[in-house]
Amino acid sequence: MLILFYLSSGLFLGWSLGANDAANVFGTAVSTKMVRFKTAAIIASIFVVLGAVSMGGGASATLGKLGAVDMIAGAFVVALSAGFVVYTMVRLGLPVSTSQAIVGAIMGWSFFSGTLVDYSALIKIVTSWIAGPILAMIFSLLIYYIFQKLTQKIHVHIFRIDLYTRIGLIVVGAFGAYSLGANNVANVMGVFVPVSPFKTIDFFGLMQFNSTQQLFLLGGLAIAVGIMTYSGKVMETVGAGIVKLTPQAALVVVLAHSIVLFLFASQGLHDWMRSLGLPGIPLVPISSSQLVIGAVVGIGMVHGGRNIQYATLVRIGLGWVYTPVAAALIAFFALFFMQNVFSQPVHQQVPFEFSLEVRDKLNEKSITIPKSLWKYQYPTAVACRRALLDEASMDHSELAIVMEYAKVELLKLQDPERFVQAAVKDLTPEQINAVVALEGETYRHRWQLGEALRAESDSWQITDPGQTSQRENELNLVCEIIHRQMNLKSP
Amino acid sequence: MLSLFKKTKMLENKMDDFLDHTSESSMVFYEAVKHYFLGTEAEFKSQVAKIYTLEHEADTLRREIENQLYTETLIPESRGDVLALLENTDNVINQVKGTIADFEIERPEIPPEYTDGFLKLTGFSGQAVDKMVKSIRAFIRNPQGVKDWLHKVYFYEKEADNTAENLKRKIFQSDLPLAQKNHIRYFLRQIDSVADRAEDVADRLAIYTIKRSI
Repeated sequence: MLILFYLSSGLFLGWSLGANDAANVFGTAVSTKMVRFKTAAIIASIFVVLGAVSMGGGASATLGKLGAVDMIAGAFVVALSAGFVVYTMVRLGLPVSTSQAIVGAIMGWSFFSGTLVDYSALIKIVTSWIAGPILAMIFSLLIYYIFQKLTQKIHVHIFRIDLYTRIGLIVVGAFGAYSLGANNVANVMGVFVPVSPFKTIDFFGLMQFNSTQQLFLLGGLAIAVGIMTYSGKVMETVGAGIVKLTPQAALVVVLAHSIVLFLFASQGLHDWMRSLGLPGIPLVPISSSQLVIGAVVGIGMVHGGRNIQYATLVRIGLGWVYTPVAAALIAFFALFFMQNVFSQPVHQQVPFEFSLEVRDKLNEKSITIPKSLWKYQYPTAVACRRALLDEASMDHSELAIVMEYAKVELLKLQDPERFVQAAVKDLTPEQINAVVALEGETYRHRWQLGEALRAESDSWQITDPGQTSQRENELNLVCEIIHRQMNLKSP
Repeated sequence: MLSLFKKTKMLENKMDDFLDHTSESSMVFYEAVKHYFLGTEAEFKSQVAKIYTLEHEADTLRREIENQLYTETLIPESRGDVLALLENTDNVINQVKGTIADFEIERPEIPPEYTDGFLKLTGFSGQAVDKMVKSIRAFIRNPQGVKDWLHKVYFYEKEADNTAENLKRKIFQSDLPLAQKNHIRYFLRQIDSVADRAEDVADRLAIYTIKRSI
């Protein structure tokens, strides 16, 4: 029951996302009466949930890198702060994006908990926010241009264009809702992924429904409830809001918006581009409303750039700054209250230490830790990093390695049966057996568990350099499952 | 889904039928006026009957199209334009029918020296209507092609105006009694009005076409 209470802030965020952003997909279609609201709401709801469950993981992982909120009360506050900012901005009539609010709130949590902010992830996210609308603009410009040329070449009856547009709005709307679910469920449920209270459900050994997917299903359903209950009103106003679009222009806008959302959510596409040696498109939650605006500007450009409201664009640009800042500040103070007034732990204490084992291990990597730091323990990553920067001279990559090795996390496998259940899909039987064989052993560092596993079984060895990241992911998975079991048992 | 395609096809057919009726009415108009001047009564009567039928059927078609556009909320952004277009085109057929009806009822006495002038005027009005129908067909399938027809409508309307004016001048310079002059002038104006109605439709079309291309 308490878990549901904690999740409620995420569900609220999901509801407001559904209420607001479904209008980006079906707004014009409904306000021009090309598609009935009921039809739009049902299609949007179904496809949002499908997108969330099947493709929500990618963007969520990027948010996780920015700051893995590790206590459920912390996740509650983060989502609540973001939800509060979104709600307030909407009430004030300011342009707002759920993505920017949640990123700000996570940053607030990182500052509060003293966790190191992964600036490369942050840069990736911020660049995507800028690149997203620009891409949407380019796509809509191209699609609209082709569309215009085609209708000039192929003479289609005005009534037939109407029919095709209706069908197009429904099909593209479904794709848009799917992409919205895939890309934006991370905003709603992403912060709860590391602290997910759910267990993997096995469907007669045929299919597994893991805890993250269950979270995303809940998030998707919250978005769907937002669509069903409130988006109708928003659609009526937004459809005729920014710019009055013809249904054909709306079709182009929704298509461009959906393609970009999809690009920023598709793990498959990301991997494929990487396999071709191209830089993969980062999987980042981006603002659906800003994509729509980008796409509308694209159409404006086809008409020679007139009718573009530059003041509106500046207002939206400012939203990029004030939304995350407001969310970060609110989250920071709310976390303080949650921790000190309601006595709920909002983050785990993750200490860092330079024990003799850590020192020796680093020596193997030819990194020396100054004697003054030996045997010291630091309460937070920020404190440890500061000490290192003060005392030792090392470059960025060395610093990252040292931090990784110095991080203390108690790891003890307590429930092998549940571990097997949770890992059976992702690890080989030999790998699982090796983990199970370590039952009862306690490790202070992640790398120590890794070494123990390599000693236990060949299946954990890295035989060629290409396997390094795979083994790393597998080890992270093992740690994640163990953490979850320990969190559940500890209270 | 299939029924949607079927319904759309039916609506397209109705629209084409409506335009066919309009176009045909302009041809029947010329034939009717010709037979009136030739004094071939049976043929004239048959053309009059045809005009009545065409006007009645066009009315029915227009109402069916309008109903369907409204009840199924079709082409939301140009529904108003298409409805106005239908109403105005219907005015053209009504004008044709009204003129022919007046010929049949009032039987104006027009001296034979004006026959050629009247037939020329009727021809220009008929041409204006024909080109107007072509421009509507372009509007619903290929808006870029509309202007190719619009200037033809304007051309024939202008020709009709000039012809009517010349005829009027001649009639009023003649020795005919004033009552007859006035009566003949009324018919001149009626026939010329057919081209004016076609011009009204063309004016609207010019605006709707710009609206559709934005």
